[in-house]
Amino acid sequence: MSNVNNLSSSRVMNWFKFSSPSTFYPLAGKMIPWFWALTVIFGVAGLWVSFFVAPVDAVQGQGYRIIFIHVPASWMSMFIYLVMAAWAGLGLVFNTRLSAMMAQALAPIGAWMAFLSLWTGAFWGKPMWGAWWVWDARLTSELILLFLYLGFIALQASIDNARRADKAGAILALVGVVNVPIIYFSVKWWNTLHQGASVSLTKAPAMAQTMLWGMLLMALCFWMYSIAVGLMRVRAIILEREAHTDWVKQLNEVKP
Amino acid sequence: MWNSPAEFFAMGGYALYVWCSFGVCALVLFLEPLAVRARHKAIVRRLQREVMAEQFDQKGGK
Repeated sequence: MSNVNNLSSSRVMNWFKFSSPSTFYPLAGKMIPWFWALTVIFGVAGLWVSFFVAPVDAVQGQGYRIIFIHVPASWMSMFIYLVMAAWAGLGLVFNTRLSAMMAQALAPIGAWMAFLSLWTGAFWGKPMWGAWWVWDARLTSELILLFLYLGFIALQASIDNARRADKAGAILALVGVVNVPIIYFSVKWWNTLHQGASVSLTKAPAMAQTMLWGMLLMALCFWMYSIAVGLMRVRAIILEREAHTDWVKQLNEVKP
Repeated sequence: MWNSPAEFFAMGGYALYVWCSFGVCALVLFLEPLAVRARHKAIVRRLQREVMAEQFDQKGGK
């Protein structure tokens, strides 16, 4: 009986071990180069497929190649928001310091991805639709996503007490989650100028196989990039927030 | 698919749109990690100064 208890308690220990900033900080440092390597590998492969393998589009000519960054950036902007809200929610429920720091580290990446989605969308819309911007459901809800990210960042920055800032930010992030399905299904729910989903789980993709591969490789590149930059930023945030602690002062990079 | 570099850069007439998209994307993905690295370096330098100041205090107190 005591054996069983020991086993389960040690498992719980391991699970929570990395939720402490002092153990996560060096671990994150070790993981960063690997994620950068994966970013470069997927990026080179993705760009090669995007420009040299994927055939020209019958309708949109070479202009369609914007899809290879537009779709991954849009996917990541939505996915990062969900991950960020999940971390913020965990921080709110379990009151763990690291979760809130993770949410804070992800927000700027998500904001940049939303910006890139809108930017590349504008440069795709201009030649194909004849307009940089239209108040279409998909575009508008993506713009709201960008504002949710900026609001989260601004709210956290405006509250001096870090723990209170985490709580306020978490509530904003969780309420904003409702926007993500709206973005995703906007092309179905409303009659939008924006085209429907190019990739769907339920039916065969409406595009050439090589185009799909290019998009998936670029999406993996963006994914690895987000993890790498997220880990880099969370390390900076850990040091800033734990500056008063002994473990930070005993780090090799801090010792004179 | 491309017969010459010039044809590649012309992107079938969509050069402005394709390169502005990919260019700004590359710029953002390049500058963000640099900004994060600068932030990390800044906090490490601040901590180094604090640790040095503490050591200096302890030595002076003896």
